[in-house]
Amino acid sequence: MKEKTVNELQLGEIGVVNNIIGEETIKRRLLDLGLIEGTSIKPVLISPSGDPRAFEFRGSLIAIRKEDAENIKVK
Amino acid sequence: MSKKEKLSIRQKETKRKSNYTIALAGNPNVGKSTIFNNLTGMNQHTGNWTGKTVANATGYFGYRGETYKLVDIPGTYSIMSHSEEEEIARNYICFGNPDATVVVVDATSLERNLNLVLQITEITDNLIVCVNLLDEARKKKIEVHLEELSNILKVPVVGVTARKKKTLNNLLKVMRTVCEGKEEKHKIYQIQYQEKIEKAIEQVQEIIMEQYSIEEKLARWISIKVLDGEERILKEIEKQLNIQLINHSEIDKARKETLETLEEEGIYQEEFKERIVSTIVKDAEKIGKKVCQFRNKNYANRDRKIDKILTSKKYGIPIMIVFLLLIFWITIVGANYPSQFLFSVFGNIQEKLIEFATYIHCPEWLSNMLILGVYQTLTWVISVMLPPMAIFFPLFTILEDLGYLPRIAFNMDGFFKKACCSGKQMITMCMGFGCNSCGVTGCRIIDSPRERLIAILTNNLVPCNGRFPFLITIATIFIAGTIRGIGASIVSTIAVMVVIILGIIMTLVISKILSKTILKGMPSSFVLELPPYRKPQFLKVLVRSIFDRTIFILGRAIAVAAPAGLVIWLFANIGIQGQSLLTMIANFLDPLANLMGLDGYILTAFIFGIPANEIVLPIILMCYMQGTSLVNMEDTFAIGEILRQNGWTILTAINVMLFTVFHFPCATTLLTIKKETGSWKWTAIGFLIPTVCGVVLCMLTTLVYHVFVI
Repeated sequence: MKEKTVNELQLGEIGVVNNIIGEETIKRRLLDLGLIEGTSIKPVLISPSGDPRAFEFRGSLIAIRKEDAENIKVK
Repeated sequence: MSKKEKLSIRQKETKRKSNYTIALAGNPNVGKSTIFNNLTGMNQHTGNWTGKTVANATGYFGYRGETYKLVDIPGTYSIMSHSEEEEIARNYICFGNPDATVVVVDATSLERNLNLVLQITEITDNLIVCVNLLDEARKKKIEVHLEELSNILKVPVVGVTARKKKTLNNLLKVMRTVCEGKEEKHKIYQIQYQEKIEKAIEQVQEIIMEQYSIEEKLARWISIKVLDGEERILKEIEKQLNIQLINHSEIDKARKETLETLEEEGIYQEEFKERIVSTIVKDAEKIGKKVCQFRNKNYANRDRKIDKILTSKKYGIPIMIVFLLLIFWITIVGANYPSQFLFSVFGNIQEKLIEFATYIHCPEWLSNMLILGVYQTLTWVISVMLPPMAIFFPLFTILEDLGYLPRIAFNMDGFFKKACCSGKQMITMCMGFGCNSCGVTGCRIIDSPRERLIAILTNNLVPCNGRFPFLITIATIFIAGTIRGIGASIVSTIAVMVVIILGIIMTLVISKILSKTILKGMPSSFVLELPPYRKPQFLKVLVRSIFDRTIFILGRAIAVAAPAGLVIWLFANIGIQGQSLLTMIANFLDPLANLMGLDGYILTAFIFGIPANEIVLPIILMCYMQGTSLVNMEDTFAIGEILRQNGWTILTAINVMLFTVFHFPCATTLLTIKKETGSWKWTAIGFLIPTVCGVVLCMLTTLVYHVFVI
């Protein structure tokens, strides 16, 4: 399957985290939230201004901005 | 060497008041502070959002003859990275020598919470897992098998519902047995990393234990950090344990060798951390799956439905505005009656005081100075500040408890991102509508220091409760003046709204300017948890918000109001050749004021109103009426008459409204800015930014008015 970023997922579409790239700080924060390889992630809400979106994973709902979400690769 | 002499994680500290010390750790928003409050009877503020506890809070409680010290450490998802809260939390668990560490976890998202639990198992054996929010889990049909969890982790697990005090009894019992060392000792759960990594850890651990007499568990943990190479943590360990890790030839050698071996086996140093984290998360997942049963897979459906409405493109922002308007409206209307009541009570006392002063033959100047100066200003500030705060804060706290505030941040983040700031700034602005001082304190929720500073400096650009009534009065008199009935209140509401929206726009503009100039930087990553909605505990909310915020702010305001009352009285009463000092200052300020479309008295009133914005109008009236003490008038019409007689036009009204929103923060807020930033420089900048905005805006409107209208 082709790798894409979590930003390319439609609302309600489930992705599975393949890889987290990017700068150390943001990578750490995402890892700390439990976003590791194999985690299911689903965008469920979108802010009125189009960004950020809120993602459901590991039973929590977390808002992440586009630039940061860009680092989350899913398959 | 016996084990006792070894340097251990739990070095015995000299204990003062308490027999035992217990640390309270956990993810944000899991009810740690509720447990803390219920056990200690203190009022540490809690809310349904991330990051309420920024520093350790300490409280004491007694149980079966022993005194326990409870330390509430900041809520974090992890203790492995280097945000401020994580550092505080990690340092306390590692080096604060608690007798036991209670990790509070959320039963409704156990899996994610276990991540932190597992990280802490790497540091200490004296661990208690406290599974909170069992009632909510039940509602969501999530079953948590506590015994199973205890069997896996080999630590005591207690289930509680923190808001129900009774359920905490079990926790107390377990705390006691753990502190007294009576808990049966099992080998606590240990995270097993990949074999290659385990081998690497072992090698470094061996060297460290050869060099220093450190307990095995601690040595293992330090070894992971050494391999990880995170300097800040290592430096902290060096400092706390008084050992050398970085630039230590033996350790360095071992580190290099092991890392090389790992590299040969395909594990690069950059990946090391990721593998460590992944293993922990996966372990947490595995354990979570074993101990949790989801009987209803769609437990979050109700929340999602609400979220879809509250954050929708069409309704999200309008609903937010309606919520806020409703709160302001209730506050302003509701505060009127208690305010008047307080005025009359304090007024009666004042009469009695004057009678008493006459009775004891107190010199008139002295009694006037103390009663009409100090006493009147002081009680004035209480009368006008207490009721709105006592109404606003509980209402705001209800929104907080519900979990609505993070949604506001979510809705508004787009705008703040454009200003290179955090959406969380919106929450602090909302608090600012209640009280800028609280708003400034609230900025602690913003992680990035740069963004936090911007939020602190711009908080005053939204008008607080103290400024609303003034805005409404002026709008009613001058803008809606010719209209009657309901139309008038609508027009004045719109006028006030326009000024507020201008305040919000200015906040964004100034934030952007700051981001491009003195506080240069890019927006930092924004990761915000949107917690499940919770039913607020109304009674608790009331008690808590009144004690935590209202009384606190009032105390600060009073501390400033009393001396200010004295100063105002002196300036109104001391004069040269029949001209009071107040008038002289006003005359001096007149040229500048005229440029701003105001008059000298108005500017003087703003300056003397620095203890509390509420007394600006009374000072203006006092000046115009040539009085020597503050003037209280209920009748808007009469106020309008006086203002018009003193040359107020629609331009004056507009400029006064603008300047009310854009001028220096009140003394309480300034003190808070000083406290939060720790710097007089930033306090001065916080003073200047809104003032300069106000002066420039007023001059602009005056210019435009004179060019186009007259």
